Amino acid sequence: MLRIECPCCGPRDHDEFRYGGDASVARPAHDDPDPEAWYRYVYVRNNPAGPHREFWQHVSGCRQWLIVERDTRNHTIASVGFARKMTRKVPA
Amino acid sequence: MRYSAFSIFRNGLSGQKNWQRAWRAAEPKPTYDVIIVGGGGHGLSTAFYLAENHGIRNVAVLEKGYIGGGNVGRNTTVIRSNYLLDGNTQFYEFSVKLWEGLSQALNFNVMFSQRGQIVTAHSADQLDAFSHRANIMRLNGIDADILDRDEVRRLVPYLDFSDTARFPIHGAILQGRAGTARHDAVAWGYARAADGHGVDIIQNCEVTGFVRDGDRIVGVETSKGRIGAGKVGLAVAGHTSVLGRKAGLELPIESHVLQAFVTEPLKPLVDHVVAYGADHFYVSQSDKGGLVFGGNLDGYNSYAQRGNLGVVREVSEAAIALMPCISRVRLLRHWGGVMDMTPDASPIICPTPIDGLYLNGGWCYGGFKATPASGWCFAHTLATGTPHPLIAAYRLDRFRTGRTLDEAGVGPSAWLQ
Ligand SMILES: Cc1cc2nc3c(=O)[nH]c(=O)nc-3n(C[C@H](O)[C@H](O)[C@H](O)COP(=O)(O)OP(=O)(O)OC[C@H]3O[C@@H](n4cnc5c(N)ncnc54)[C@H](O)[C@@H]3O)c2cc1C
Ligand SMILES: [Zn+2]
Repeated sequence: MLRIECPCCGPRDHDEFRYGGDASVARPAHDDPDPEAWYRYVYVRNNPAGPHREFWQHVSGCRQWLIVERDTRNHTIASVGFARKMTRKVPA
Repeated sequence: MRYSAFSIFRNGLSGQKNWQRAWRAAEPKPTYDVIIVGGGGHGLSTAFYLAENHGIRNVAVLEKGYIGGGNVGRNTTVIRSNYLLDGNTQFYEFSVKLWEGLSQALNFNVMFSQRGQIVTAHSADQLDAFSHRANIMRLNGIDADILDRDEVRRLVPYLDFSDTARFPIHGAILQGRAGTARHDAVAWGYARAADGHGVDIIQNCEVTGFVRDGDRIVGVETSKGRIGAGKVGLAVAGHTSVLGRKAGLELPIESHVLQAFVTEPLKPLVDHVVAYGADHFYVSQSDKGGLVFGGNLDGYNSYAQRGNLGVVREVSEAAIALMPCISRVRLLRHWGGVMDMTPDASPIICPTPIDGLYLNGGWCYGGFKATPASGWCFAHTLATGTPHPLIAAYRLDRFRTGRTLDEAGVGPSAWLQ
């Protein structure tokens, strides 16, 4: 069982959260015509055996999207923060 | 040594002391025609068919742990070919046909038991969808039957047919030729048969990198030193990303943990494989009497090879909703395996853009049933350099070109597949 320290609600069981996958992928600009960029965004994943930045949404709590840094070999969580403060700005 | 009733009798007379090793404990040669990385079901079957079908015997299987220690020895052994999409349907049926002759082909009893698989339907719509599936199966020459509620009740009376069932059973789809096999025996049988053809099976030998000559891969670095190879085939189940990255491949794969469960032994109860159409739960009964069952992924990237308690609870809830009679049965063990999950839940078997490197991965939930066909087709691909027609759909570039095989139709989130 993971315990995620939600910055809004405190430490909570991971059953309260929904997983959102790899947070390191960057969405191409909306008008980016390069299919390769969209292919990489939709499908290619780094999938490391080690530290992984990933999205979790606290669906049964504050409903915030979070970015959790977790080691995929042993589930040690190094950091948790609000996604909106940590993601790069999407170009308009 | 060929196994037979006579050899069992003879060895019985000499106190079972004269059985030979089933395969040699080989040490690596400097170079091989083909190196297979990963001594699971797929790696071992590939090596066997390379020798058996293509006469390529200078082959090594390199396994970082021991044979059968990976998912081939951790899965719930369900074998079936009730797939919907062209490409999957034909491939999995070919596999079931190979299973039907496997014990003979390997001279090793893999205990393939065609007890039939029943998937319950819980609404009229779901039964319609199953009829669609059954029609596709039959058009492909695969056995399929649609059962109404009473027929399901006759076959599996221990399911919840009461008025209070949370999701009442409307009917089911049955594939009579589906079933289970003894997973360890599959690994051992292929290992022994491959070894009989001269294949070196090298355990405790971890591949840590690749040797290149220009753009071509010409060998591997291992914990037992450098080994040269004409061609290298990857069959490392949940670790395809880790090795792929070392070779310079970017892959559409995430590693996830799937758990399996076994209860204390019971008297014979479940004669089939039964899958719950209203949730993710399926069950069969092992020869020792334990109920073997599984459910969903843990749901987040993991290489930890152990599962979490949330899934234990979810699977138990589904189990009891379908089979209230087992609510007091005790769970003996649960364990996890690390699997490659692809964004469409279908495998990837193909030559790669890297010269000399071939890929067999992305097996998700369902790779055990594929073991014979996967090895057969991967061996063909390695031997000839071109994909076997049955795996034409399992190419790596299908995600780029929009030709995904998404049986579940859930889109590209690997953990939702
Ligand atoms: C709990 C569970 C239940 C399942 N149930 C079913 C089922 O009912 N039906 C079904 O069809 N499928 C099922 N599957 C899926 C199936 O088990 C797998 O898809 C299949 O076994 C994978 O292929 P394999 O046998 O070659 O894998 P494995 O046996 O995992 O073989 C891969 C091998 O590669 C080795 N390896 C990894 N990295 C290296 C390295 N660097 N160097 C050398 N060796 C390396 C590993 O040690 C491992 O032995 C299930 C899986 C799990 C985890
Ligand atoms: Zn919260």
